[in-house]
Parts: sequence; C-alpha cells; structure tokens
Amino acid sequence: MTAVVTATGISLEAAGRTILAPTDLALAAGELTVVIGPNGAGKSTLLRVLAAEVAPASGTVVYGETPVAAMPPWRLAAKRAVLPQSAQLAFPFTVAEVVRLGLDGAGNAAERMDMMRRALAAADVAHLAGRNYQTLSGGEQQRVQFARVLGQLMVGGRREKHLALFLDEPVASLDLRHQLGLLEHARRLAGEGVAVLAILHDLNLAAAYGDRLVVMKAGAVFADGSPETVLTDALLRDVFDVRLSVGAVPATPFVLPRPSAGGAA
Amino acid sequence: MSTDAAMAGDAIDAALARRRLRVLVLFLLLGAGVVIVSVLSIGTGALALAPSRVVAVLRAVLTGAVPEEMARDALVVVGIRLPRTLLGLLVGAALAVSGALMQGLFRNPLADPGLAGVSSGAALFAAGMIVLGERLVAVTGPLPFVTLPMAAFGGALLTTFTLYRIATRAGRTSVATLLLAGVALGALAGALTGVLTFLSDDRQLRDLTFWSLGSLGGATWAKTATVAPAILPVLAAVPFLARGLNALALGEAEAFHLGIAVERLKQVAILLVAIAVGASVAVSGIIGFVGIVVPHLLRLAIGPDHRVLLPASALLGGMLLVLSDMLARTLVQPAELPIGIVTAAIGAPFFLWLLLAGRRSLAL
Repeated sequence: MTAVVTATGISLEAAGRTILAPTDLALAAGELTVVIGPNGAGKSTLLRVLAAEVAPASGTVVYGETPVAAMPPWRLAAKRAVLPQSAQLAFPFTVAEVVRLGLDGAGNAAERMDMMRRALAAADVAHLAGRNYQTLSGGEQQRVQFARVLGQLMVGGRREKHLALFLDEPVASLDLRHQLGLLEHARRLAGEGVAVLAILHDLNLAAAYGDRLVVMKAGAVFADGSPETVLTDALLRDVFDVRLSVGAVPATPFVLPRPSAGGAA
Repeated sequence: MSTDAAMAGDAIDAALARRRLRVLVLFLLLGAGVVIVSVLSIGTGALALAPSRVVAVLRAVLTGAVPEEMARDALVVVGIRLPRTLLGLLVGAALAVSGALMQGLFRNPLADPGLAGVSSGAALFAAGMIVLGERLVAVTGPLPFVTLPMAAFGGALLTTFTLYRIATRAGRTSVATLLLAGVALGALAGALTGVLTFLSDDRQLRDLTFWSLGSLGGATWAKTATVAPAILPVLAAVPFLARGLNALALGEAEAFHLGIAVERLKQVAILLVAIAVGASVAVSGIIGFVGIVVPHLLRLAIGPDHRVLLPASALLGGMLLVLSDMLARTLVQPAELPIGIVTAAIGAPFFLWLLLAGRRSLAL
C-alpha cells in the first residue's frame, strides 16, 4: 500500500506539558483509519499535526515525498482536506457560497457547477443550497462543511494522485441516518484510494467502519491495528477506564449500526 | 437521488443567474449614483450651478476651450469644487473599504476604523506632527508636505497592530475585547491629543479641532494629489484579498486548510487598512461610521461575498461621503458643519439599530 502521509517521530509540547509523545504513523491510500481515545488524549492534536495545521516540535510529516514544511498552503490544500468539529461563520453566507469556498481552482465554471452539485448531493444538503448557513442547525451545518470538504477533494483530485481526508469528530452533531451516510461516504472515498483519518467517540461506529484503529491515551499511541485485534475488554478498561465487554450481548435491547454488505462498495 | 440532485442543481443554476443579475444591477446603480452625486456636489454651494451647467463646464474644461461667459464658473468648479468632490470620493472609498477589510479580518461585522480607535491613533500622530513638527523644523529644516500623511499612517498602523495583538488569543479574535480595547485606545489617543492642545497656539488649535471632527474643507488639488497615490493602490490591491477573506469567515484554521496563507493575508490587510485610514485622516481628520454603515448596507443588499463587497464598498463609500459633505456645506449656510458630525449623526443611530437587531446573533 502507498503511504500518502508519513509522520516520523512527531511530538508536541505546550506550556512544558507533553501533549503528543514521539509518534510514528503512516496513512495509506485506500485505508480508513479511526482514532479513538478519551478526552484530552491528543487525538485532535495528532490530526492537526498530520494535516500540517500545527508544526510538530520534533519529527517530520511528509506527503508523498515532500515534507509539509516545504509546501505552501495552496499546495497542501490540493493534497488534503480537513473537516473541523464545527465551524461558526462570521457572515451570512449561503450554503452554496460556503461549498464554493472549496472549489477555487476547479477549472471552468461548468466544471465547478458540476462539482458543486455532486458535493451538495453527497452530503444531502442540495435542498439547502440557497439557505443562510447561520440559520441552519448544527447537524445541517456539519453536513454543509462536509460538502465543502468533498468539493475541495474533487478539485485536489484533478492535480494530485494521492489525497488525504481528515475528519475531526465528523458525526458528533448528526442524526443516526446522516452519521451512517457520512461514514459510508468516507469509506467509499477510501475505496477510491483516499487516505482517510477520522476521530470517533462511538466505538461501534469505529469498529464498523474503520479498517484500522489507532487508540490514543495521554498523548501517545496505546494500540494500533485492526478493530478485531485492538478492541478487547482489557484495552477498554485500561484506556477508557470503563468496564465494558466486547462482543457480549447484554440482556436489554440494544442497537448496533450495520455497515452495508460488501465492505467498501 | 440523482433526479433530486439534478433538480436541486437547476435551482442552484437559476439562483446563481439571479444573483449575477443582481450584482450587475448593483454596480450599475452604484456607478450611476457616484456620477449623479458628484455632479450635484460640484453644483452645490454659494454659487449654485444646475447639473446641466456643471456637465457643460466640465466638458469645456476637458476640451480645453472655455468660453468667456464660463470662465468664472470654470474657476469655481476646477479650483474648489472638483478637488473637494474627488477628495470626498477617495476618502469615502478608503474608509468604507477599510471597514470591510477590518470586519473580514476580525471576522466581525462591527469592526470599524473609527470605533476601533484606528482613526484616533492616526489623528494623534497627525496632531503631534502639527504641534511638535514646527519645533522639529528648527532642527531639521523644512519638512516635506508628505510628513503629515506619513505620521498619520504610522499612527494608524501602530493602533491597528496593537488592537489586533490585544484582541486575538490563540487565533481567535474576541469581539468584546476588540471593541473595548478600541474604546480604550481611542480614549488614550484622545487624551494625548488633548495634551497636545495645551502645547499648541491658536492656529494649531484650529487645526486640531479640524482633525477631531473631520472635514473636507480646505480640499486642494495638492491634497488630493497627495492621498491619491496612497488610496488608489489600496483600492486596486483589495480585490486580491477577497477570496482569502471569504475563507477566513470560516475561521483561521479552516482558511489555512483551504490553501490561504493566513498570516500573510492578515499582515497585508492590516497594512492596507493603515495606509487607507492614515491617508484619509491626514487630509480630512476623523470621519466616523462610514466604515461600518456602508459594508453593512451592502451585505443586506447583496450578501457577504468579499469579491462583490469590497469594490461595491468603495463606490458606495465615496458616494455617501460626498453626499454627507453636501449636507455639511448646506445645512447651516453660510457656515459649514464638520463632516464628522454629519456622518456621526447618521451613523451612530444606525450603529445602535445594528446592535439591537443583531444582539442575539452577535456574540457580544
């Protein structure tokens, strides 16, 4: 597998406290990596360093062959897109205008229009296109941001062979249908060769959609592997400090997300 | 799903076409408005000239063949009215664009060079140059005319930069801190300007009053020619910031993700605001509220897209300031009101309305 993003020995400190211990991590093309861990474990910090938003105190992040420190912002923008946890807008832009922000450099107007339509439809926000972003609910706003990010990936795909997508708690404010819809789409992108990294809190979603789980605790990677190898009773106890049993069916009714049959299709 | 998307796509196409038409109509209206208001302004004063006469005189002057019976009118138009109107257009455009830039930079629709103390900072340095400059002359010899605008520019730059540093923590700009820091900086600059009034003689005192209230009176071709090389390049440069400011509305990290060199964008925006406000204050003193009223009206009319907002602000700002200047000249004839009083009388109630209307949506 081709490594799209390779981090070597990255670490970060703030006010004398280690918030990311030296870490090696590579994101491969076609792989959906899910990062899990308790609050303050350094998940978002790891994402920011990998997305080249924050420079590590030590170590390097390389996209393909190129260190991110040597790339101007516009080149990075063609190689990776980032979905923030939530984004407040300073002015009353319409949904179409927000998505348009990701579509600069999209060739001609017809191509841009085509990308806009596809991005809006994929995030299920086409019917909101003319609405003022500020008046939408948190979940709707999140889906609009997802459409913007998808548009940016489409534009990047015209220039770059390997793309990376970073999702910081992408489903936190979404209803169940859109949680599954967004993660399905993320996995479809991985199927098309994008290296996807998502931070999730729901372990069931993480297990259902992740090809690989990276478990973080206290600023360090605690475990890294397939959901089957990583998710164990002992790990949940050690990392999350809760007593849960993996795979056991409780007596009370419960709901589990069911990824569509056929894996990455 | 695909037919839904196609239908929604058609709706988006139609909405975009409507919007393009609205933008076109807006710019046509603004262009016509600037021409009409300019002609009216040139015709207004002790020697009243009908618009048709103004056009005839301007045409005669441009072709270089001024008939005998037009000589007196031509003298008034070219010597007094035209430089004043052009200065009004330049200063109005500079102030409105500075307001739009600051609002984009601080990600807040209430930022304004007047409210945020930038104009006061520029005026302080200009006042310092008026009062202390003559003592400097004894040491250095005659100072060039450009020293005064340069001092105002320095004051504007220092204030904008200080404000930005105070109000921004970890990439987030606090509105409350911004406005309060602006009030504090403005008060400090006002107090220091007050100290300078003690040191000034009568003529300097008149000049200082002029700075603090704002006026286009005393506009000359020399003044217009001094600020034009500062303001016109700013107006030309501003469209290149539009895309970055649009992205910045999402937040600094998000703008960076979209490929914007955020730090450079902020530095350039601060520099442009300082140049535009410094140049404006140097020739016309403190004129408030243009920078907040104009972009806000335009956002209501056409939305917040900076690619449209910035050039439209330049046109509407110039137009409104020339209009305010006409009021300033005619309301208490034969005397003249300082224009800052006119813009404050119109702008302050507007600002209060803005606060009340947006109290819930703005995080104040």
